[in-house]
Amino acid sequence: MQPMGWIRREWKHMRRNRELFLISLPALLFKLIFNYLPLIGLVIAFKKYNYAKGLLGSDWVGFKNFDFFFKSDYAFRITRNTILYNGVFIVLGTVIAVGLAILMNEIGRHWLKAYQTVLFLPYFLSWVVISYVTLGFLDQKSGFLNGLLGSMGFDPVKWYQDPQLWPFILVAVYLWKSVGFSALIYYAGILGIDSSYYEAAKIDGASKLQMVSRITVPLLTPLIIILFIVAVGGIFRADFGLFYFVPNDVGFLYATTDVIDTYVYRSLRVLGDVGMSTAVGLYQSVVGFVLVLSANWITKKINSDNALW
Amino acid sequence: MNANIERANAVRTAAPRRRRMPVEQVVINLFFILLSIVVLVPLLLVVSISITDEQSLLASGYHLFPKKIDWLAYEVILKSPGQMLRAYGVTVTVTVVGTIVGLLLTAMIAFSISRRDYRYRRITTLYVFFTMLFSGGLVPFYILVTQYLHLKDTIWALIIPYLLNPFYVLIMKGFLEKLPHEVFESAKIDGSSEWRIFFSMVLPLSTPALATVGLFIAFVYWNDWWLGLLFIDAPNLVPLQLLLYRIMNTMEFLINNIDRVNVAIDLSAFPNLSARMAMAVLAAGPMMLVFPFFQRYFVAGLTVGSVKS
Repeated sequence: MQPMGWIRREWKHMRRNRELFLISLPALLFKLIFNYLPLIGLVIAFKKYNYAKGLLGSDWVGFKNFDFFFKSDYAFRITRNTILYNGVFIVLGTVIAVGLAILMNEIGRHWLKAYQTVLFLPYFLSWVVISYVTLGFLDQKSGFLNGLLGSMGFDPVKWYQDPQLWPFILVAVYLWKSVGFSALIYYAGILGIDSSYYEAAKIDGASKLQMVSRITVPLLTPLIIILFIVAVGGIFRADFGLFYFVPNDVGFLYATTDVIDTYVYRSLRVLGDVGMSTAVGLYQSVVGFVLVLSANWITKKINSDNALW
Repeated sequence: MNANIERANAVRTAAPRRRRMPVEQVVINLFFILLSIVVLVPLLLVVSISITDEQSLLASGYHLFPKKIDWLAYEVILKSPGQMLRAYGVTVTVTVVGTIVGLLLTAMIAFSISRRDYRYRRITTLYVFFTMLFSGGLVPFYILVTQYLHLKDTIWALIIPYLLNPFYVLIMKGFLEKLPHEVFESAKIDGSSEWRIFFSMVLPLSTPALATVGLFIAFVYWNDWWLGLLFIDAPNLVPLQLLLYRIMNTMEFLINNIDRVNVAIDLSAFPNLSARMAMAVLAAGPMMLVFPFFQRYFVAGLTVGSVKS
């Protein structure tokens, strides 16, 4: 009778929690349909997908989709681009945002608000709008930068034809859009630091620089690490809009602008290779998952308070 | 957290200005002024191009300040607003419906998992946040929406996929955990159902949270091109950002629309370059105007969301 007893007890709990469960139910169903059901679709990675035969009817091909992808020249290129860009974004983005947040904490409230508003503004522009902004700067014939170069006696640069230039352009555009937002998060973190630390330090005659290095930065570290782990988990996921719209999907530039996400999109929508794009998506998800677990594990080893879970 | 911020603010404003080194203040302020200018210049450029006379653009390129002001681009777009107006209609509908439904869904599940006495709190939390770490990727999602839910070329394809974002559940949960849960307890003893507590007590008490998360969700819908890019081919369902992307390289269909309306211009004199930028301004404008008014909600929301995770 033991199992029956367990079921009866659980049923009683269920009845007592019924209402809260029902309140969460719509969201649970939503997650089920849009996040858990698609996991079944990952079997497509091992199939030759045929729209007519459908998900279950299509023929199995084993690891052929992976094989095809990893033997192509693209596998290395898009993996390298994705990781390098995201790596640079994480490091530069964090350093600059923390620096700005510390500076924000040093000035009067009145003007600070205006600066924050301005720095935050680009975050709310869509990548499509931003691609117009970059076009305004880089357009070969009438762009602002070529005009500037021309007025200084230099030759115009063919921005949309030279892949060498794009790492700099993309990093600059990314920082312009996102750094204000991250700085605001860190600034909020600094505001959360108990002000009595600073008062005590002031009484002990600490300089501003000492306060920053001995109080602000150490107490901000847990937040930095949390955001770092999250970012590392996403290092295999590129910001599609940035890499697709800003270089305007120009084929010449793929060497330095093509990333996993843009490649998957093109394979699906342009080439129509459903099996391989699923395989690449699976590769992306698995590696990302392993990375976030490892990042969290390492953090836990160093200082268990800072880990995400 | 909020109490901390208020305390920190109080200390900051109460601290006498004299004690700070004025030179240091001046330097930091100058730095932020310069930075703000750098951040604003790209936006200025787009606005400037959009109000410059087309001949002047063709002859001397793009400049930060218009050489010769001409509002023709706006005049043309606003006088033949077919496409643009329809795209605005789609985007406004999607934003309004998506924000209301999404906000309700988010608040409901956040309420359940914010309750310490809810038996399935931990498992539900895990269920929701696991999807942030591992996902099926683009292709299974695409096949689900197009082959199984049959949402392609319907307005629902632009609304449903973004209804629930774990990140916003997290922010919402952080807010709701701070509500006075004893009050809910006594309401329960008095015989109120959880639904009643949620709708008549929790929702009215959490308007700041609803405003923050609601604005985040609204921005996501307003700025979205991704769902349109994937699922919309029908011209009457193209949202604003997607329309903007499609005219990036060709202004043709805007030109094609013109002969039907009463704009007395020679087609060869159509203000291609400036109209393109004017469209970008019109697409980004409404959010840019709304944003500064709501910035303080964002800061509060970020504080809770980022520190409580």
